[in-house]
Amino acid sequence: MRPPTVTGDLLRLERVTCRYGTDPVLVDVDLAIAEGQFTGVVGPSGSGKTTLLRALTGAVQPVAGAVVRRRNLRVGYVPQVDSVSWSFPVTVSECVLMGRTDDRRLPWRSRAEQAEVTELLERLGIGDLAHRHIRALSGGQQQRMFIARALLRRPQLLLMDEPTSGVDVRTRHEVLHLLDELHAEGLAIVLTTHDLNGIAAHLPHLVCLNTRVMAAGPPRDVLTADVLERTYGARLEVLEHAGMPVVVDGYRADVVQLRRTAS
Amino acid sequence: MDELLRPFDFEFFRNGLAVATLAGALCGLVGVYVVLKGMSYIGHGLSHAIFGGFAASALLGVNVLLGAGAWGLASALMISGITRRRVIGSDAAIGVITTASFALGLALIAVFGGTGRSFDAALFGSILGVATSDVVVVAAVLALAVAVVAGRYRALLFTTFDPDVAEVSGISTARMDALLMLVLAAAILTTMQVLGVTLVAATLVIPATVARMVTDSFARMLWLATGIGALCGFVGMNLSYHLDVQSGPTIVLVGAVLFGITFVATGARGLHRAAGLDSHGPRPASGPAATPVA
Repeated sequence: MRPPTVTGDLLRLERVTCRYGTDPVLVDVDLAIAEGQFTGVVGPSGSGKTTLLRALTGAVQPVAGAVVRRRNLRVGYVPQVDSVSWSFPVTVSECVLMGRTDDRRLPWRSRAEQAEVTELLERLGIGDLAHRHIRALSGGQQQRMFIARALLRRPQLLLMDEPTSGVDVRTRHEVLHLLDELHAEGLAIVLTTHDLNGIAAHLPHLVCLNTRVMAAGPPRDVLTADVLERTYGARLEVLEHAGMPVVVDGYRADVVQLRRTAS
Repeated sequence: MDELLRPFDFEFFRNGLAVATLAGALCGLVGVYVVLKGMSYIGHGLSHAIFGGFAASALLGVNVLLGAGAWGLASALMISGITRRRVIGSDAAIGVITTASFALGLALIAVFGGTGRSFDAALFGSILGVATSDVVVVAAVLALAVAVVAGRYRALLFTTFDPDVAEVSGISTARMDALLMLVLAAAILTTMQVLGVTLVAATLVIPATVARMVTDSFARMLWLATGIGALCGFVGMNLSYHLDVQSGPTIVLVGAVLFGITFVATGARGLHRAAGLDSHGPRPASGPAATPVA
């Protein structure tokens, strides 16, 4: 990843606490997102990663603390690919155009919009799929279509909820390279991921979350056995490969015994 | 030919035909959103809820159209509000609110009387007594629906397809849902007199479902459903006269026949489109397995 160009905060969470009913999902979370920053949020299922993103967008209101947002901040949101019905009758270009709802009241697209959509899709490598139904896309192409929809908003900050969930290695590399390019152009990105080795270890800045922020900083400082055990509640070992941390399961003796028996 | 054109000599038929065609187009258009939101049952439920308002406003001496319309809109907003909270599903919310409203209407009639032609017409539909003013009202509601769909096209589409992201993208999905419920309540109210409470739901669901079976484009689905709804209304009303069968059942049966023809013509592909059976699922990886997640 290229070094970020950080010039000022776009968004800041100050001691934010969020609850669903009486259950706290986020507690006392402090997080600042600067211009050009690329941050990954990792943590176990139910740790509040998606709620954190929704708090950043303003869709979830904290019960305590404050979300400080730069005036007129434009945010693009990329949801998990399994969050919609893929049998819904829209083509790829129709879906991307949903991102442009602010300044257009006419139902049909303008020439400028069409040109912008075409350019975006070409850039994301799915230009030939503009008129295809969304069901015809692969998992990686669906993810890119969502990214195109978010980018059509010309955002300063891109929020992504598990962008590589369920995709193969090649697609994951392609998505990561794409995000790297966008980041290099100055776009701030916050993504959540379960993939510690494939995604998180490659990012310039990480936040380990389990209702509270357990640690934050560069991967080398955050991906440690102690931090990961506090975050995940399970023993993980951290090795080093090509100068990068690699996280592996620290199996208990009885599990190892099970594996020996199976073989 | 003379026999086919004979009903056009009667004003009541011309008015009824215009109302049926316009109402068919109206329900076809609104039905696209109803079907895609997975709320097909709302047409059935809301027409019953409006019947409660119809009975109450008739007995209270309030303008029936306004009284039943307000009642229907209130019911629709309650359903929408309950569904948005995601505590219970839309099917359960529709079931509770609309049946309670219908039961209230029946109870009011039982206590205060009032089973006359107007109530029978509300239940089963009738083209007798359809006046020119009724045609104007349906045309006005259709114009309102077209204006809403055209003016808020992308916001409504985004809200229907992906409400969570629409909300974080700056769209007030609550307002969009309320707008849709307003148009839906108005559509059902103005269509009830021709089709009746018991059959109005079909005019919402059938044209949209048939349109979905033949296209994968949302814009085309809107046009097609509107056209199919109008066609069913026009053909059904003519058949109703010649076969001497009530207008409501005839219009719905025309739609059902069209569905059958489309099903045969498009085969399993069309049915899968309509049923959403081909929704997103896990896809085979094209490369080696992804790195195990810690």
